[in-house]
Amino acid sequence: MVQIIGIWVASLLTLCIFSFLYKDNPFYKFAEHLFVGVSAGYWAMYSWYNILVPNLGRPLFIEHEFILVIPLILGILMLLRLFPKVGWLSRWPLAFIVGMTSGYYLVTFLQTNALEQARATIIPLNHINNIILIIGVLTGLLYFFFSTRHKGGIGFAARIGRMFLMVAFGASFGYTVMARISLLIGRMYFLLGEWLHII
Amino acid sequence: MLDKLLKIDRRIIFSIIGIVVIIAILFPMGLVVHVSEPVEKIYREIESLSPDSYVFLSFDYDPASMAELDPLALAVIRHCFRKDLKIVSLGLWPQGVLLGQANLEIAAEEYGKEYGIDFANLGYKTGGIVVISGISTNLRDIFPQDYIGNNVDSLPMLDGINNLDPFKLIITFSAGDPGVRHWVMIAQARYGKKIGLGSTAVQAPAFYPYLQANQLVGLAGGMKGAAEYEQLIKIPGLATAGMDAQSLAHLVIVLFIIFGNVIFLLKKRSSSS
Repeated sequence: MVQIIGIWVASLLTLCIFSFLYKDNPFYKFAEHLFVGVSAGYWAMYSWYNILVPNLGRPLFIEHEFILVIPLILGILMLLRLFPKVGWLSRWPLAFIVGMTSGYYLVTFLQTNALEQARATIIPLNHINNIILIIGVLTGLLYFFFSTRHKGGIGFAARIGRMFLMVAFGASFGYTVMARISLLIGRMYFLLGEWLHII
Repeated sequence: MLDKLLKIDRRIIFSIIGIVVIIAILFPMGLVVHVSEPVEKIYREIESLSPDSYVFLSFDYDPASMAELDPLALAVIRHCFRKDLKIVSLGLWPQGVLLGQANLEIAAEEYGKEYGIDFANLGYKTGGIVVISGISTNLRDIFPQDYIGNNVDSLPMLDGINNLDPFKLIITFSAGDPGVRHWVMIAQARYGKKIGLGSTAVQAPAFYPYLQANQLVGLAGGMKGAAEYEQLIKIPGLATAGMDAQSLAHLVIVLFIIFGNVIFLLKKRSSSS
C-alpha cells in the first residue's frame, strides 16, 4: 500500500513538473517548492546522521579523539558568517579549505589533465586518426594564441582550429540532447509502467 | 508564412517529441544497437578477470541520473556476478550508495550471491578525492563500518583487504564531481589502478581525452552506453528498450534542425531578393 502511494505521489509530482513545458503554473510551483523544502530537510538530517555524528560527534565525544577539536572550532568559525560583527572569522576556515584543496589538487591535476594529455599527443604520424589528433591539438592551441594577429598562415590555422572546436561543441551538444532524452524516457517508463501498467 | 514557420511554438516541438517517445515505448521496433569500442573495452577488461578477483564499484550519482546510469550499473554488476567476481562498492555521492545497493541486490538474487561474502557496500563518506586517497592506503581507517553500520571486520570477503591493491579494476558510475576525475587523479595516476567509466551523456565527451591517453580502460556514455553493455552481456534491459525511443527522438530533433535551417535560408533569400 505504501509503495502504491509512493508511486502515485511520484507520478503526480512528475506531471506537475512536466506542466512547466506548457507554461509556468501553480502545480509546477507547488512541486518546485516541495522539492526545495524536502531537499533541505533531507540534507539537514543526512548531514547530521551521516557526516557530523560519525565523523565528528562519535569520535570526539565517545572515543575521545581530541585532535578533532580543531575541525570542530573551524566549523564553528565558519558558522560565524551568520553574525556580521564576527563574520570575518569565517575567512580562517575558508582559507584552510582553499589552501588545502589547492595543495592537494595542484600536482595531481597538473599530472592527469596537462602532462598526461600532452604525452598522449606525442604519437607516431602513421595513422589518419593520429594525424587528425595532432592537427586538432596544434590548430586548437593556435586559435587561443592572441599575441599575434590571426592573418595569413596563422589565421588559416586558427580557422581550422575553430572548426575543430565547433566539431567538439557539436559532439558535446549531441551528447547533451541524448542525456535529456534519456531522462524523458526514464520518466515515461515510470509513468507508463509502474504507474499506469500499460507496458 | 516563413516567419510563422520560424517561430513555431516550442510547446508543439515538446509535444511531438513526447508523443514520439511514448509511441516508441508502447510499440518497440527493436532497432539494432551497435557496440562501440570504448564500451567493449570495459567488457573485455571484466572478461579477462579470473573468478574471485576483486572489483571496486563507485556509485557517484543520484536519482537525477538514474535513467542513464542505473541500467549500466546493473549490467556491469550482472557481468561481474556471472564471472564470480567479488564486488566492493561505495558512493562518493550520498544517494549513490542506496541506488547502487538496489542494483547489487537485484543481481545478487539472480546469481545467488550473498552480502558480505560476494559483495559489500562501504557506504558514503564526505570528502571526494580525500576519500579515494584514504582508501588507497588504508580502507578501514576511512570505512570502519559498511553502509548499514556493520563492522567491516565482520564481513568475510574483506578479510585481508586493507586498501585498493587487491582490486583488479575500478569502475565509477559518474554523474559529476566528485567522480571519475578524482578516481583518475588519485587511483590511476598515483597508484596505477585501472579505471573504467560509466558516465552520464552530458559529461562523456569531456572524458574521451582520458580514454585516448589510456587513463581509462573503457568508457560507456549515457543510456546508449548502457544499451551497448546490455548487448554485450546478452541481457537486454531498460537501456536497450529505451533505444528505439532515443533514436526516434533524435531523428525528430535532427529533422527540426534541418527544417529550421532550410526555412531560415529561404527567408534570407527572399528578404535579399
